Amino acid sequence: MRVCGAIAAVLLVLAAAPPAVAQPLRIQITEGVIEPLPIAVPIFVDEGGAGQAAADITRLVIADLEGSGLFRAVPQAAHIARIADFNAPVSYPDWRAINAQGLVTGAVSRQGDRLVVKFRLFDVFSGQQMGEGLQFAGTPQSWRRMAHKVADAVYSRITGEGGYFDSRVVFVLESGPKNARVKRLAVMDYDGANVQALTDGSAIVLAPRFSPAGDRILYTSYESGFPQIVLMDVATGARQRLGEQPGEMTFAPRFSPDGRTVVFSLAQGGNTDIYALDLGSGRRTRLTSAPSIETGPSYSPDGREIVFESDRAGTQQIYIMPAAGGEPRRISRGEGRYGTPVWSPRGDLIAFTKQLGGRFHIGVMRTDGSEERLLTSSFLDEGPTWAPNGRVVMFTREQAGEGGVPGLYIVDITGRGEPRRIPMQGGASDPAWSPLLP
Amino acid sequence: MTTFGKGVLLLAAGLALAACNNPGRFGADGAGGVGGAGGARGGFGGPGVTTGGLGDPSNPASIAYFNQTVGDRVFFAVDQSTLSAEARATLTGQARWLNANTQYGIIVEGHADEQGTREYNLALGARRASAAQDFLVAQGVAPGRIRTVSYGKERPVEVCSTEACYAKNRRAVTVLSLGAGS
Repeated sequence: MRVCGAIAAVLLVLAAAPPAVAQPLRIQITEGVIEPLPIAVPIFVDEGGAGQAAADITRLVIADLEGSGLFRAVPQAAHIARIADFNAPVSYPDWRAINAQGLVTGAVSRQGDRLVVKFRLFDVFSGQQMGEGLQFAGTPQSWRRMAHKVADAVYSRITGEGGYFDSRVVFVLESGPKNARVKRLAVMDYDGANVQALTDGSAIVLAPRFSPAGDRILYTSYESGFPQIVLMDVATGARQRLGEQPGEMTFAPRFSPDGRTVVFSLAQGGNTDIYALDLGSGRRTRLTSAPSIETGPSYSPDGREIVFESDRAGTQQIYIMPAAGGEPRRISRGEGRYGTPVWSPRGDLIAFTKQLGGRFHIGVMRTDGSEERLLTSSFLDEGPTWAPNGRVVMFTREQAGEGGVPGLYIVDITGRGEPRRIPMQGGASDPAWSPLLP
Repeated sequence: MTTFGKGVLLLAAGLALAACNNPGRFGADGAGGVGGAGGARGGFGGPGVTTGGLGDPSNPASIAYFNQTVGDRVFFAVDQSTLSAEARATLTGQARWLNANTQYGIIVEGHADEQGTREYNLALGARRASAAQDFLVAQGVAPGRIRTVSYGKERPVEVCSTEACYAKNRRAVTVLSLGAGS
């Protein structure tokens, strides 16, 4: 499938849009259960040549919004008003009558080789448009991205948070039996669409990570016969092995927020410590020096600190140290074992994997270790990755037994609702979220 | 050869780019020559892997004899890399055999069961491989003959999710190859 040319997104202020004054329609994303906000999304108007795209885009906007757990679409069959003209005045009473609090109207047209998608968002009860109307233009193949952008704009305007729908995920595509698993590096849209394999499965690959700009991928590969960090350029596919010596075992790589440094683990003589590699100079600095296992490093968004896991106290626990190394402080205090810490892009929370009583959990805690909350529980949950807005976490869930196949799941960090499986053919593990696409 | 990465990844290209005419080069250096003693077990190829038969198990100098009669693996307790008395006995036998059959190169693979996070299990497998390596060296096997690799929980031999299987997956396996010895 070709998805070239992407979307030429010119954000046009649509002429008919009056400037928004107040925005009373608002979801505060806080802890605890929130009743999903009823929102009406009638099928986008076909303004010429849109064909199936108008219905497809509408359906995807609804799927994104409902998938967030914050919205509930009022069924289209219940709508009283029909949107036949994108520019006609909105009949607010008709939408109030069905208890829709928000209304998204849209239009799709084919203009030459471009598909053009427009939308507006309305606060039904105050009878006002929220924000400006926006227009996206792109190739017909990029219709999913344009739908995600509409949903991101709606989510963002109503919650005041950044969106996360127009994003990609790099992960490990798995096939074959459990004792001879074939693992390939792959990317997909956040919702499981457009899966594309990046390696051929001849070598085990593990735990890929995007660079902060999304232009490079770090991962661990056994292509040399030993686990070694590889840096891949996304645009060209060019690969560079970052392990210096043959037989050296390096893994668990992650970029610094400026993309210039890679922090990772190196196992030597049975001992695993954390190192930093300056990509420009190739200079390697040792950050920990202990006989225990130190791994899973992740930078704070300001680049000043690194959160990591260590079993120096006897079991896996989470610690934070200065980015240049130095005395770490332990932040995990509860029962059980804590691993795979990941710093939220907002800086406020650490997501982690916890093992307790024979089960695995994904959880979050504040950076001082307080307010620990477990979001999931299963036979095997592990490896959280943050959505670009720091409000949602994706992770791997594996089923027990011979036929166990891993899958990718999404959960809201407020603990709202059950984790949702990302539909996909075959197995998948080790997701890492990209930044929001431009 | 499949064509992975053909116009992959909108990500870097971002918006408004027609720069999708860079076919990826994925899979260009896929594994070759996997097989024989060392390669097949881990499923990797690449440099330094020799293909060879396991030989006749009745021949006491064959890899098959080493694997079956001497015993190619030792097992570990949960989250441990300490060698048990049984493990030390097996490794003592391995060292004796390896010192008599110096034509073989040695890779000690460390493995973990699935009850652990991926990175930690890689580090744990490295500990286990190293523990076995250190013991072999202390028993006189030339250090230059031995390399270690950790597979973490990536290559279980048993696939059930109970302790019966986990106990067999927490292991260090001594894998031999011809031609890489001292």
